[in-house]
Formats: sequence, C-alpha cells, structure tokens
Amino acid sequence: MRNSWWKILSVLLLIYTVVGGFLMEVPRLMIVNESIRALYFHVPMWFGMVLMFLISVVYAVKYLRSNDPDADMVSAGFAHTGLAFGALGMVTGMIWANYTWGTPWHGDPKQNGAAIATLIYLAYFVLRASLDNQEQRARLSAVYSIFAFAAMIPLLFIIPRLTSSMHPGSGGNPGFNMYDLDSNMRKIFYPAVIGWFLFGLWIATVRIRLKKAEEKILDLEYEKNI
Amino acid sequence: MKKIYSLLSIMITSLPAFCQEPEMADTLRSEGKIYVVVAILLVILIGLAAYLFSVDRKVARLEKKINESKNS
Repeated sequence: MRNSWWKILSVLLLIYTVVGGFLMEVPRLMIVNESIRALYFHVPMWFGMVLMFLISVVYAVKYLRSNDPDADMVSAGFAHTGLAFGALGMVTGMIWANYTWGTPWHGDPKQNGAAIATLIYLAYFVLRASLDNQEQRARLSAVYSIFAFAAMIPLLFIIPRLTSSMHPGSGGNPGFNMYDLDSNMRKIFYPAVIGWFLFGLWIATVRIRLKKAEEKILDLEYEKNI
Repeated sequence: MKKIYSLLSIMITSLPAFCQEPEMADTLRSEGKIYVVVAILLVILIGLAAYLFSVDRKVARLEKKINESKNS
C-alpha cells in the first residue's frame, strides 16, 4: 500500500471529526440546540460533492482536448461519487430541517437549487447509459458534464444569495457569517471538510481503477479472440 | 408616550425568552452516555474505512494480475 498516506490521513481526520464533533463545546443557541453539530457532517457532504463535480468537469474538458478514454472514465467516476455525496447531503439536510424548520422540504431556495442540480447530474448518467458507442458516449457526456457543472454553480451559489434563504451565506451575507460567532467550530469543520474530500477521492479512485481493470480485461479477451 | 410604554412592556415581557438557556444535552454529557454514541460512530466509521481498504487491496491485486497476463 504505497502512496496511501492520504487515505490514512482522511480516516484520521474523520475520526477526529466524530470525536470532536460530539464532545467539543458548541454555541448554545435557541431552536438549533445540539443539532448545530449537524454542520460538521451535513455541510462537508456538499463541499465534497462540489469538489467531485469540479474534478469531473476538469477531466471532461481533458477528454475533449485529448480524446483519451481514460479521462472519460475518470470524469464519470468522480461524477458518480459526487452524486452519492449530494444524496447524503440532501437526506441529512432533510432530517435536520424536519426538526429545525418544521418540515423536511421547506422550499428553501438552496434546497430547491440543490434538488435541481442533482436532477441535472442524474440526467448525465441517463445520457451515458443510453449510448453504446464508447467514443460517442464519452464526447456527448463530456459536453453535457460541462453544462451540468455550469448550471450547478448559479443554482447553489448565486440564486440563494439573491433571495432570502435560510442557509448561511444568503441574502447577501458572507458565507460563514453564522458561525463567525464561534470560531471554535471551524477547528472541527475544516478538518471535517478535508477528511471528507480525501475520503471521496479515495472512493472515486477505487471505482475508477475497477472500471479501468474491467476495460483492460475486455481488451485482453478481445485480443485473444483475434 | 403610550407607544413607548407599550414598547417597554413588550420588551419586559419578552425578556425571559432571551434570558432562557437554550436546552442542550447536558444530562447526556454528565452521565457520560455521549461516549457510547461516539464509540458506536467510531466503530462504524473505522469499519467502513477498513472495508474500503480491503476493496482497494483487491483492486490492486486485480491490476497486478492484468499487467502480468498482458506481459505474458
């Protein structure tokens, strides 16, 4: 297991997140009470999703420039992992909202935006699955992936800021206004984000390597048959 | 004047709401039961990480096998 220090680092950071996230002091606030700790786990899911989609779109552009099928596989693998992060972010957010906002789906602009962005990325996989020809699939999904990423940015980061959203960083507020009150929370939040980033990278790379191995086996069999 | 009085009375009556301590899980913490929750989460986290490690290893073995059969 060479070059796996970052995998171990990610696990250590996540262990730190769980221990610190539950045992460290948090600000005593009305309504949110102890549920403020959800921030350590819910928000890194979205940060992770955005990073996965960012890597995915970078490799999509790389594919369009080089026509390297490996770049397409990497792009798809990261999009897949990003979607998993997004789904977890959505579900955890809904559980929290049910107790804090009174209903799981509040129609908050950021919530709606996230739902639309998730649907746009789901369509990416529908597109991939519906094309048999490898080159066609890679090219079309790379172009679509650029569109999907470009659509996600305003949905998650611009529209909620223009209207009033209950998420921090909305209505013109700077993003971290809410917990500027207590910078103690950053001591757990930032390591949590890095830990989940690395964990996401790990899952995505294992998935991509498996896919590549599968393709290589198919190639080998194909050569044998000739 | 009347307005000021009513404003003052609103402020005074709503004062307890501000002074009230938000309810936190202090009992859970003082009983030490929070460590039970942390322990369970750690077991799940470390278990899943170990699982991912083993999958990672399996993929590495598969890659090695493919490379060997490619060279042969």
